[in-house]
Amino acid sequence: METHTEEVSRKSKILQALEDQNTNVTFDDPLENDMVLNMGPQHPATHGVLRLLIRLDGETVIGCVPEVGYLHRGYEKLAENCTYHEFIPHTDRLDYLSPMNNNTAYVMAVEKLLGIEAPPRAQYVRVLISELARISSHLMFLGSLAMDVGALTVWMWSFREREKEYDIFENIAGARFTTSYTRIGGLAQDVTPETLAMVKKFIDEFPAKLEECEKLLNKNRIFVGRTDGIGVISRERAIDLGLTGPGLRACGVKHDLRRANPYLVYSDLDFDIPVYEGGDALARYYVRMDEMKESAKIVHQVMEKMPVGDVHAFKPKKVLPRKERVYTKMEELIHDFMLVNLGVEPPVGEIYSAVEAPKGELGFYIYSNGEGYPWRLKIRSPSFVNLQSLPTMMMGGMVSDVVAIIGSLDPVMGEADK
Amino acid sequence: MNNLVVKKLNARFGESKIESSEFRGELTLIVPKESIVEVCRFLKEEDELKFDLLADLCGIDMYTPVKRFGVIYNLYSLKNKHRIRLKTFVEEEEPKLPTVTSVWGTADWHERETFDMFGILFEGHPDLRRVYMPEEFEYHPLRKDFPLMGVPGSIPLPKK
Amino acid sequence: MGLEHALGESILTTKLDAAINWCRKNSLWPMPMGISCCAIEMMAFAGPRFDVSRFGSEVFRFSPRQSDVMIVAGTTTYKMAKVVRKIYDQMPDPKWVIAMGVCTSSGGMYRTYSVVQGIDQFLPVDLYVSGCPPRPDNLINALMKLQEMVQKGESKGGSPNYAGGAKPDKRQPLPVVAG
Repeated sequence: METHTEEVSRKSKILQALEDQNTNVTFDDPLENDMVLNMGPQHPATHGVLRLLIRLDGETVIGCVPEVGYLHRGYEKLAENCTYHEFIPHTDRLDYLSPMNNNTAYVMAVEKLLGIEAPPRAQYVRVLISELARISSHLMFLGSLAMDVGALTVWMWSFREREKEYDIFENIAGARFTTSYTRIGGLAQDVTPETLAMVKKFIDEFPAKLEECEKLLNKNRIFVGRTDGIGVISRERAIDLGLTGPGLRACGVKHDLRRANPYLVYSDLDFDIPVYEGGDALARYYVRMDEMKESAKIVHQVMEKMPVGDVHAFKPKKVLPRKERVYTKMEELIHDFMLVNLGVEPPVGEIYSAVEAPKGELGFYIYSNGEGYPWRLKIRSPSFVNLQSLPTMMMGGMVSDVVAIIGSLDPVMGEADK
Repeated sequence: MNNLVVKKLNARFGESKIESSEFRGELTLIVPKESIVEVCRFLKEEDELKFDLLADLCGIDMYTPVKRFGVIYNLYSLKNKHRIRLKTFVEEEEPKLPTVTSVWGTADWHERETFDMFGILFEGHPDLRRVYMPEEFEYHPLRKDFPLMGVPGSIPLPKK
Repeated sequence: MGLEHALGESILTTKLDAAINWCRKNSLWPMPMGISCCAIEMMAFAGPRFDVSRFGSEVFRFSPRQSDVMIVAGTTTYKMAKVVRKIYDQMPDPKWVIAMGVCTSSGGMYRTYSVVQGIDQFLPVDLYVSGCPPRPDNLINALMKLQEMVQKGESKGGSPNYAGGAKPDKRQPLPVVAG
């Protein structure tokens, strides 16, 4: 390790040679300078458009600066120009691997601001789709991590399972993903018994399929060798950096918003929170695999306990009325006109509402000044905050571990860049 | 829990310095900008409060002649499972605020984003540069006087 | 490149052109510029259900030097536009561009300060696919239409002398694929 003055004198030697256009400058040891590697925004392994500038000493990483913003679409400024209903399709495109979860999170935030609640059947269906979205997101994590590390078969198998889930989502909401299914005060439409039969068929076969993938990976020398002890982060540093979700639970902190501040009907359901010590990539993999099994358990319970009833709350000035009443009755027509044109008008105030998304804590901070358009909407995206811990995890490792670390952290740039 | 927070803060900092209000069960405290770092450190380290996770840090443009920009800190306590909110206001002519990166490391990127979007400068920040827009961009997009479509020609496009 | 220069125009070169274009169209190797949500549908398009390798696109080489067609999938921001253009310039001729999704065709649902309203402002586009995101079947339809274009030897970008016979007609209206 060179001292500060030696580093300064070496750098100024290079800069002086550049200014003098001197091509004859020599160093005492030709291997003493380190290299800056640009893992550019276009790269197969960076899970989207993430740019990493890595300073390398040989193959060891001694410094890293992530650069985000290549997918900044201006969501927060858009939100100030849309009514609360019009923003629901935009929330799909945040974490585009689990869009149903984002819809639920946003609609719950607006309902908290308005002070209304969705009816019980709508809440059970929201839990159902959130957990299916969690399974979909973790399957993608499994496929990408395995593919980055070298196991292509697992990617094909996890995509096969995701296609079955896409069929279910298409049956529920009409689109494969980017569903925009929830509404303020309930859901767009009810689930049919055929859909519930499809869900039951999928979730009954799911644990067996997951076990097939586990058989290929859990005791595989290459997979374990590439993820064990890689990307370690300590518990205190993780809390200090704001890491949430599976990354935090892999450091030994038993924190899950579904148990800590229960929302929807999670307090009535029976499930565990998997926690592992170690804080490395293998622990994060185990946490997500166990979470998928817990989600399957939750889906079973929800389908048994689902009550019968309406999926729209009856609050005339705040919830969009049903279409058949809009076409036949006068008051509903007026309410529909006012709500679509001027927007739902909440009281003046501010709230912050967070849910446990597959990637971490997804929060919405809404400041309303009484109009139908939010004055300020801030999206607390888990991937943006999780990416901050990347330099800590990469320090001292090798270049080839960078790919495994990004895969185990599982960022989604659509939500990191908003 | 909200009452406990207000009581402890008043005991430590004096009765009239911090205003508090509640909406939908959430506590909001308005803190003067000189004492924001001390209040944050007190809330993080005090035994019964322990707000150790900074969930969110964002800016807001109130578009008023006085106290135009606000910075909002959403705090969460892992031990007590409770959330509160802190707010400070800065003027338009001098949008400067001390940084809280010494209290929570996660404030680093959040403050960079607030600087990028609003132009609020954080004194003592280790690396204050833009995070979403390109480095050469001259405006601050989330201010209310910046149009949604942007200023044409503000970012160059490659030639066809 | 440019068989007409070497051998002159004759019945031999026309048949050879057709044969070479048949080879080209059945082994189009895509360069996936997967930026956001459309990239997930592009992965599904390469996945086990909507298998694209039966059309000849066996490998998704992430290197521009080894690919024929660039599928731009996802919202292109001004910051990303420079990178996309750089990658496009590195691809060897003949090359084609598919603009997948409404974000690349016209800016999509994002009419904001940081999104380019259509990549045809800085790239010559051969085919637009609409949908948000387009289904993988839609993308397969686009690939088949592109194969027809390759057989006829048309290309919006690339050098004008590439072996195919038909001079690239810049005035031709582009086929819009309904989603």
